[in-house]
Amino acid sequence: MIAAARTILARDLRIVLRRPGDAATALLFFVIVASLFPLGVGAEPNLLRAVAPGVIWVAALLASMLSLARLFAADHADGTLEQLLLGSAPLGVVSAAKVLAHWLVSGLPLVAIAPLIALQYDLAPELYGTLALSLLLGTPVLGFIGAIGAALTLGLRGAGVLLALLVLPLYVPVLILGAGSVEMVSAGLAPDGQLLLLAALLVVSAAFAPWAIAAALRISTE
Amino acid sequence: MLEASDLHCRRGTRTLYSGLSFALGAGELLRVAGENGSGKTTLLKILCGLLDPDAGEVRWRGEPIRRLREEFHRQLVFLGHAPAVKDELTAAENLAIACTLAGRPASMQDVREALARYGLREDSAPVRRLSQGQRRRAALARLMLSADAPLWLLDEPFAALDAAAARLTEELIARHVAVGGAVAYTTHQEANIDAASQRVLELA
Repeated sequence: MIAAARTILARDLRIVLRRPGDAATALLFFVIVASLFPLGVGAEPNLLRAVAPGVIWVAALLASMLSLARLFAADHADGTLEQLLLGSAPLGVVSAAKVLAHWLVSGLPLVAIAPLIALQYDLAPELYGTLALSLLLGTPVLGFIGAIGAALTLGLRGAGVLLALLVLPLYVPVLILGAGSVEMVSAGLAPDGQLLLLAALLVVSAAFAPWAIAAALRISTE
Repeated sequence: MLEASDLHCRRGTRTLYSGLSFALGAGELLRVAGENGSGKTTLLKILCGLLDPDAGEVRWRGEPIRRLREEFHRQLVFLGHAPAVKDELTAAENLAIACTLAGRPASMQDVREALARYGLREDSAPVRRLSQGQRRRAALARLMLSADAPLWLLDEPFAALDAAAARLTEELIARHVAVGGAVAYTTHQEANIDAASQRVLELA
């Protein structure tokens, strides 16, 4: 079981290393969207500081959704998904390994680059830590929830749009907690409540989402 | 070993088959025949549990495969229509991964030998650069490392293969049946497999 999970993780990471373009797209999307706002709303520092947490979080959310559609689509197209479904390890474990690999290449870079984006918004340096931590806790939750949607819409026509409609409403609590935690710090309060709730969401989604993903994969490959 | 009872399968409004029952025992070879669209692939997918029949049940050693799931998967090799290899990885990486996921890890040495038997010696090229037939060989090489899986379900194993590779595949199937394995396969080509007990299941 552990061997299967490790194999999937190593396999997906190796595929991304040999075709880095796919992972770079999501990161570039994040950078561009987050950079468009200061250009659009103008260079008023107070305004930028006020919108920064929300804008960065929304950009991260859209970027992580962008790469979701490919999470299972490639495996579905070349037949390897059938082999995963018929594997000797429980499908939930395999799904969790796939989501983890996906987060390592599409979520973790967002966390790393977010402080750099925050510079454009003149965000106070003491907020960087909270911003990065909230993204670190929140983006895996987005991955787990999104993977359920990706599995459900697998092989459908117009899967991308359907996936967005299905998944974005479910992202709302993560967005509120994530952006809220940064706003708490900027208001001089402790962000512990929001961060703990995000951590709780992460634990719950990591425990239950893999089995929902597995069930969804079985339904959509029928 | 494998028993299908009263399978009923519909695709859209068309009934592919109903009341289909058969058993596949140790050392038996079953060829699923029928014209295009008669449901051969669907039947193999039902047998391995990828699809649910509309009615009826598939049992493995008396237990429904729905209930066994991973336990059944460990005793099964299913090779579908698509070669199930990742374009970005080499044939050897693909084969090693497939074996590990099937719960039958193989050493790199064995993997290389299996691929060499199927005429794939070049190590470093990703599968993307291989031809359709070579991909097929890369997928079939898994059979060389799956002798201890009692049940093989093969969908069109001879498609896109040249004569030598087809011959080797026939030999592998024959050897598996001879040592007590069970094989069900579909094919359009004339296959000449040397097995004591072979049957043809004709889907109308």
